[in-house]
Amino acid sequence: MIANAEPRTVTLVYFAWVRERIGRSREDVVLPAGVATVADLVLFLKSRGPEYEAAFARPEIVRAALDQVHAKPQTPLASAREIAFFPPVTGG
Amino acid sequence: MAVRVQAEPFDLNREVARLTSGRTDIGAIVTFTGTVRGSAGGRELSSMTLEHYPGMTEAELARVEAEANARWPLQATLIIHRVGDLVPGDGIVLVVTASAHRHAAFEAAEYLMDYLKTRAPFWKKETGLDGQGHWVDARETYDEALHRWETKR
Repeated sequence: MIANAEPRTVTLVYFAWVRERIGRSREDVVLPAGVATVADLVLFLKSRGPEYEAAFARPEIVRAALDQVHAKPQTPLASAREIAFFPPVTGG
Repeated sequence: MAVRVQAEPFDLNREVARLTSGRTDIGAIVTFTGTVRGSAGGRELSSMTLEHYPGMTEAELARVEAEANARWPLQATLIIHRVGDLVPGDGIVLVVTASAHRHAAFEAAEYLMDYLKTRAPFWKKETGLDGQGHWVDARETYDEALHRWETKR
C-alpha cells in the first residue's frame, strides 16, 4: 500500500483504563511497514511490552478512533494522524 | 442547536429560559437530566470522575444533535455534559428538546440520550467510600436501544 511505503509517525492517544494500563496519555509512534489497519496496529502495540499486553488483553472490547472519528478493527489507518484507543464509552 | 462540555454545574431553568426566550413557535419542551447515584452494585460512592476526549466529544455530540434535527421537526435542542469530579446528586447531563408538538420533543430527547450513551467519548470512574476507584462498564442494553431507532421507520 502506498500509505505504508514510507515509515510514518502517528500520535496515539489513550483514555480511561487503557491510559492507566499503558501508563501514558499520548505518544508518537513510527508505524512499521505492514501495519495497515486498526487491528494491525493493536497487534503491533501488544508486542511492545507488558503494559500494552495488559491494555489490549481483550482487544475486542477496546474501541478506536481515527482523527476523532469512530473506527472498527478492519478500518484502514490510511492517512490518520491521531489514533485513539479507549474502553466502550460510559457517558450520560 | 447547541452542545456544551463543561466542568461547571448547569441550571435547568436558566437553560430552558435562554433557549425559549422570545419564541412563540414552541409548543412542547422536554428536558432530561442525568444525575450521579450514591451507590453502584451495592457499593457506596463518594465521587464520580468523568473523563472525555476533547474535540471528539464535541464533534460526536454535534453529529448526534444534527441527526435528531434531521429526523424530527425541532425548534431547539441543547446538550450539556459535565466532566471532571462530581459527587452523588450532581447533574451529569442535560438534554433539552423543543418542538411545536410533544411527540417530536419526547422522541428526540430519548434518541439524543441513546446515541450520546453509545457514541460520545466519555468515561465514568466511580470512587467508593473506601477510596477505591472503579471504571464503569458499558451496558449491552445501550446497543439494543439503538437497534430500536434503526428498525423504527
